[in-house]
Amino acid sequence: MDTKKATKSRSCGKKMLAILFLAAACAVSTLVSLCVGTVSYSFGESLRALVDPDSAARLIVWNVRLPRILCGGMVGVCLSLAGCILQGVMRNHLASPSTIGVTSGASFMGYLTLVAFPQYARLLPAAAIFGSFATTLLIYFLAYEKGVSPVKMILSGMAVSAVFGACNDLIRTFFSDHLANAASFLVGTLNGCVWSNFSMILPYMAAGIFVCFFLPAKMNLLMLGDEMANSLGLRTERFRLFLIAAASLLSGASVAVAGLISFVGLIVPHIARLIVGSDYRFLFPASIFLGYALVVLCDTVGRVILPVGNLSVSIVLSFIGAPFFLYLLRKKDAA
Amino acid sequence: MYFGFQDISIAYGGRTVLERVNLPFEKGKITAIIGPNGCGKSSLLKTVSRVVSPVSGQVIFEDRPIEDYPPRELAKKIAYLPQVHTSPADIDIRTLVSYGRYPYKRFGAGLTAEDRQIVDEALELTGLGQMGGRLLNNLSGGEKQRAWIAMTICQQPKILLLDEPITYLDVGYQVEVLELIRKLGEQLKITIGMVLHDMNFTARYAHRIYVLKDRRVCGCGKPDEIIRQEVMERVFGIGAQIHTDEKNGCPFLIPEKLCKASKGESSHSFL
Repeated sequence: MDTKKATKSRSCGKKMLAILFLAAACAVSTLVSLCVGTVSYSFGESLRALVDPDSAARLIVWNVRLPRILCGGMVGVCLSLAGCILQGVMRNHLASPSTIGVTSGASFMGYLTLVAFPQYARLLPAAAIFGSFATTLLIYFLAYEKGVSPVKMILSGMAVSAVFGACNDLIRTFFSDHLANAASFLVGTLNGCVWSNFSMILPYMAAGIFVCFFLPAKMNLLMLGDEMANSLGLRTERFRLFLIAAASLLSGASVAVAGLISFVGLIVPHIARLIVGSDYRFLFPASIFLGYALVVLCDTVGRVILPVGNLSVSIVLSFIGAPFFLYLLRKKDAA
Repeated sequence: MYFGFQDISIAYGGRTVLERVNLPFEKGKITAIIGPNGCGKSSLLKTVSRVVSPVSGQVIFEDRPIEDYPPRELAKKIAYLPQVHTSPADIDIRTLVSYGRYPYKRFGAGLTAEDRQIVDEALELTGLGQMGGRLLNNLSGGEKQRAWIAMTICQQPKILLLDEPITYLDVGYQVEVLELIRKLGEQLKITIGMVLHDMNFTARYAHRIYVLKDRRVCGCGKPDEIIRQEVMERVFGIGAQIHTDEKNGCPFLIPEKLCKASKGESSHSFL
């Protein structure tokens, strides 16, 4: 009896430790990102700038770097959670906001809003969220056949995102003058993120993240298949729809602030799963911290490598994230 | 009716699979459902998990249709184990078994001390007491099936339905799982229903057998009323020798040859 309990609690403790470690990584990445850039500050200077409005570093650290870091971190959190949720809903590890075209639907609605109703620019997050919800539903129904078939899901995702991508190109061709302030929308960058961007998307993101605290137990049941989950008392169809709405909220909000950032939603859940396993009670917190740290670090690297103009975060993510992901996959196969 | 299927018809895309099937279960007994492949046995059980909805008819529990029960309440009364299970690759036994406590969980709360005790008891009962921390994927087929059964026990159900619980197991594990199911029925007073393909095991473990063929119930009775030459010929199209297993007090079947004459449509009731 005792030995059994020991193995169990140890593995539980290990997972908690890993999550704590990831949380620490978030703090470190934030701190590093505050300090480095075109002008570098010491840890002390940047920390002082956070609390002291009159400090010399205040302008850059507080007004430029902090909102950018927070926006980036939140985008990372949202995309990773959305990826986790979609992989659960579709019961497929290839699902993520970008692979199934959800983010392209979101950005299309965002563009449409900017072009057709420029006076309602504040509605951008809502429009993007609506766009991602509609796209997710569309793909879900296109790919559904006694459960979501992976091949159909990826194919219909590609088709749908191709259509939305073409629409986006059309809008950019014909209405380029309307989009002067929204150039960052498609590139996937955190350039120009200021406090107003942050406060615009904060409520949506906070709502989405809050919802995620109530999902793990049910998500775990969903992994046992619809029949099993149903007979354990979960209304699977209703819960799926709810999950799709939550994932849309999260990915739509992140598109509204940073445009199309691919890869985070796909690789963060995978890396988190390799670290803490597939139990959603651990997977969600691990993804939250990992998503935050990854995006903040990649954005920082982009700022350091190319101080003028900044390398966009999605480029750095692709260059760092993709090989790392491939490495993890190979390693897992070998084990 | 305590528990059973009432007037159930099921259709997939216009093709009727079952037509007005009545199938009451006897409280505290083991009921087996047999019949040829594709006769709708599994579909019938699936109506309980609401994955398949019948075109007409209802599943009854304690005189009320199951739609009257909120899903979690129903999950405390009726447990169902599908034939094919899916689970994450890295789940350990104890975690899986604890999912059976979901219907009792309060919103957002974790496992209580009582839940943990019930999980422990279910593990002991299924002989997995020492293995709670092991990964499901590292188990043998029989141990896996026992783990899933332990999960359903945690629901503390009155009714346990199993869809072909021994299909992928070797003969040793088949006996092991069926003995376990019988023990649960006796010790926990659970009413059990299962779909089986093996006639000899059906004869040995079931108190009552229903035969499904050509969309209908075409026979029901005790093992020695069902495991008979003419029934086997009509339902499965085989000739068979029927002996008596003196030790276990049940009929014993040796299949012999295919009877060509009886392969056609024959929907006559023979009992």
